[in-house]
Amino acid sequence: MAMRSLAANKLRTFLTALGIIIGVASVISMISIGEGARSQTLTTIAKFGTNIITVKPGQKKNRHVRSGKVETLTLEDAYAIDKHIRRITGVAAQVYQSKQLKYGNKNSNSLVRGVGPAYARLANFKIDRGRFFSEQEVKSFRKVAVVGATVVKNLFQDADPVGKILKVEGNNYVVIGSTEPKGALSWFDPDDQIFVPVSTAQKRIFGMDHVEAIDVQAKNIEDIEAIKKDVKQLIRERHNIPLGKDSDFFVQNSSEWLNSWGDAAKTFTYLLGGIAAISLMVGGIGIMNIMLVSVTERTREIGIRKAIGAKRKEILQQFLIESVFISFLGGGVGIGLGIIISKTVSKIGGWDTIVSFQTILLAFGFSVAIGVFFGFYPANKAAKLNPIEALRYE
Amino acid sequence: MIQVEQLGKIYQLGRHELAALRDVSFEIESGEYVAVMGPSGSGKSTLMNLLGCLDLPTSGKYRLESTDVQDLNQDQLAGVRNKRIGFVFQNFNLLPRATALENIELPLLYGRVPNPREIALDALDKVGLADRAKHRPNELSGGERQRAAIARALVNKPAIILADEPTGNLDSKTGEEIMGIFSDLNRDGTTLILVTHDPIIAGHARRTLKMQDGLLVDDSAVVGENAPC
Repeated sequence: MAMRSLAANKLRTFLTALGIIIGVASVISMISIGEGARSQTLTTIAKFGTNIITVKPGQKKNRHVRSGKVETLTLEDAYAIDKHIRRITGVAAQVYQSKQLKYGNKNSNSLVRGVGPAYARLANFKIDRGRFFSEQEVKSFRKVAVVGATVVKNLFQDADPVGKILKVEGNNYVVIGSTEPKGALSWFDPDDQIFVPVSTAQKRIFGMDHVEAIDVQAKNIEDIEAIKKDVKQLIRERHNIPLGKDSDFFVQNSSEWLNSWGDAAKTFTYLLGGIAAISLMVGGIGIMNIMLVSVTERTREIGIRKAIGAKRKEILQQFLIESVFISFLGGGVGIGLGIIISKTVSKIGGWDTIVSFQTILLAFGFSVAIGVFFGFYPANKAAKLNPIEALRYE
Repeated sequence: MIQVEQLGKIYQLGRHELAALRDVSFEIESGEYVAVMGPSGSGKSTLMNLLGCLDLPTSGKYRLESTDVQDLNQDQLAGVRNKRIGFVFQNFNLLPRATALENIELPLLYGRVPNPREIALDALDKVGLADRAKHRPNELSGGERQRAAIARALVNKPAIILADEPTGNLDSKTGEEIMGIFSDLNRDGTTLILVTHDPIIAGHARRTLKMQDGLLVDDSAVVGENAPC
């Protein structure tokens, strides 16, 4: 019965449903884009390891890093951490700068990262060919290098680089290994770098005494806070910082990053979803509007139905079914459209989008709820019509 | 079957009160054929609405088949309208988007009667409209529409059929046909109440209630040459 009047006003039904279609489609595509961005960010951050504590020179105040030219951390600090701090599985000091690399007639400007032997494990770099350098090679300032996958591709044309001689700033380095690709981030390609012993990098390439960061790997994630405290205390002692004075370094860990990024992405998703929900709401108001018109137009019909014995509940049901059907229809089409939009976005923008079952359920449930909510007032108005007046209505 | 006792209806029009019906009392037995006559504004429509359970009286009592109508709520009234009363209107009042058959099924659907289709087809057959079952009201002639409306009115086997100027929108020949159907129904035992201002139409009835200014001024059984045999 309800379907008949919808079928009789096909264009009107479609236009009314369009509001819901757009609303649901935008909810689904927005949330899927937001969720995709979130999971992409989290997986890339997780690639760098979540149980890593990083000590950096400078000061951290209220989330802002005041660094400038600070040269307070040394390789000895790293050794001290390795020696004195318990419940850790590795320490790697690092220095890094972009330098000119040359092999044969090929050039590239890549990051040269001076690190300790534990770095490959800490930063989740897997050895593809050859090996990583040893503690012994660090101690003896050896001129060896491990190259990243992008470097292998650009300089060595994907040939086996092990044993080849690579020129770093004009000096010869023996390539002893290469790493498996990790995949580029939008702002940084971790594979476009080479690793050399931190001591070699300090003395022979960069000419510096300090280190730019010390990575500490915790054995268990639960210990991270305790280890951070211990590290802080140890280095304050080593730097002779009196009580009550600010440290000349700061300690942070990647899970903090992960959390703040995750939170940011979540906020982003909520924001997008919220905007989309508003359009869904507007669609709902459209339904209410058209249902009110429909009730007025069909006053006489309502009068007839009441005269032949329709109860209030039955009139209410009839109009509610209509509005719920419109939003149901809109929800269904909107879901299809939303999925298409998010797939298109991921194809064109190269973004990951995640259309989860929960998102679909949420959007669908929401649209049907809107059909009930915005359909109720007009339906109730219809149900409460006085049969005599309704019959007399022209 | 119908007992009306000092029935009154007062409409509140802003600050004024309009007594549309005052102290009307009568009884109608099962199987009677009654015409209600009177000029416009005489209260016959109000009486019709009250008898049809479309409205509740402000005073007095209306007893329909041992049911005290004035004590019912809206949904109970709807139930009485569905089961016990059949309406025939001047302007037919069929649902324009539904076929004749669907229109006739509607009271059965609201009454949750099993096999509505068969019963509706039966009713259509009774008014001679079986071949028009799938037609919509705008594809039917005036007389056919009124016949469909009569079929809808009697499909739930009501205690009374209330007809409000049922021939008002029809030419006199078609009107006679419709009146013939009513006479047949009455002969088969259906109680009929007919509201009209046309004395010829009222002449089909065997009893006439005359209304004026909200009062019942005359109640006479007409026994004569116009009465159906």
